[in-house]
Amino acid sequence: MAYTTKSPWILHYDASSCNGCDIEVLACLTPLYDVERFGIINTGDPKQADILLITGAVNDQNKNVVKQLYEQMPDPKVVVAVGICACSGGVFRDCYNILGGVDTVIPVDVYVPGCAARPESIIDGVVKGLAVLEEKTNKMKEAKR
Amino acid sequence: MSDLDWIIVALVYAVLAPLAGCILAGVDRKISARMQGRRGPPLLQPYYDVRKFCEKEQITSNGVQDFYVGCYLLFVIITGILFFAGQDLLLVIFTLTLGETFLILAAYSSGSPFSQIGAQRELYAAMAFEPIFLLMAICLYLQTGSFSVSDIVWSGELPSIMVIGAFLAFVIGLTIKMRKSPFDLSMSHHAHQDLVRGMTTEFSGRTLAMIEVSHWYENIMLLGMVALFIADGTILMTVLGIILAVIVYILEIAIDNGFARMTWQNALKSGWVVALVLGVLNVAVLLYL
Ligand code: SF4
Repeated sequence: MAYTTKSPWILHYDASSCNGCDIEVLACLTPLYDVERFGIINTGDPKQADILLITGAVNDQNKNVVKQLYEQMPDPKVVVAVGICACSGGVFRDCYNILGGVDTVIPVDVYVPGCAARPESIIDGVVKGLAVLEEKTNKMKEAKR
Repeated sequence: MSDLDWIIVALVYAVLAPLAGCILAGVDRKISARMQGRRGPPLLQPYYDVRKFCEKEQITSNGVQDFYVGCYLLFVIITGILFFAGQDLLLVIFTLTLGETFLILAAYSSGSPFSQIGAQRELYAAMAFEPIFLLMAICLYLQTGSFSVSDIVWSGELPSIMVIGAFLAFVIGLTIKMRKSPFDLSMSHHAHQDLVRGMTTEFSGRTLAMIEVSHWYENIMLLGMVALFIADGTILMTVLGIILAVIVYILEIAIDNGFARMTWQNALKSGWVVALVLGVLNVAVLLYL
């Protein structure tokens, strides 16, 4: 069992979300859902994060920010796209400035659909991400050996 | 102390302090969560965190910062050993400051503006709690006639109502030293701060693990200082001292959750006011009564 899955720290980035999904992400931290039960901490620091939670579609202005955040995170890392905008661009996909889902810029491991994605499904998505994280951790350990 | 005693104290402290410190940190997270109406993470969460840090890829923004952080850990451990081996209290305080200096250097050495501002604020915080710690040592000296921790314990002059001012000042100094809200200016374990993670913004992986473990060591040593105020060498007072230390620790957690953060100006001023009023008054009382 990798310890990474016992203390996954999350970096939450709002690409061009309508803020609907962001509110739901923050709702996960409230007493009702309390994701800290699983050791999850919502950190603001990419260097200390394990899971990148992105809401909203990527646009021309922030694609470099998204890339940089991803690159600053140390391995193993997992990207969770939250909300249909982050998955595919959603209702904004035809806008002139929108590139599309997050996977147009960085590799995405888990897609959480919904508009807005409900806290339950966000937590589900993160838990799915934990399985990927475990896999990546084990791969890293093997590579070291 | 003979060589053998030194080795025993050093080994016991080096092994037991992080265990106790880790559990205390878990209790902190648990109580904080309960105060906010949440269930909170498992008690051993700080241990899982540190193990996770060690599993991560090591990214270092510059070569010397790991050295500085290593020195911080080393000097924090040395401080604890000196204290529990009953050495000079002033030496303990100065070694602690040296460790602190290495942490600040590490934060300064990383390029991030967040950690640099954090380091700056940590310096202000050090200016606030150092006088309190020194006045505490002076009060204990005036009361017991010695700066040596073991002589203080065996002097028979403690516990005494005469050092109550120094004790109260020390408890408030602890809030600053442990970086509890309202004094968590330089870095904080609470999410989403103005300075992101403050001094530790650039640290990840094993470097961050070292900082976390240093906190465990440091907290045990600081709580040992709390117990020193009522220690007289008997088992009863030692147990009472541990209970007192735990009560003070829980009080710090309550303060942490009950207050919003201060600006560094206010933090510095309140530190000095406390040191001046409680500490200096206590020294005056000991000198002239
Ligand atoms: S998925 Fe819906 S709620 Fe979420 S960012 Fe897009 S439009 Fe807003």
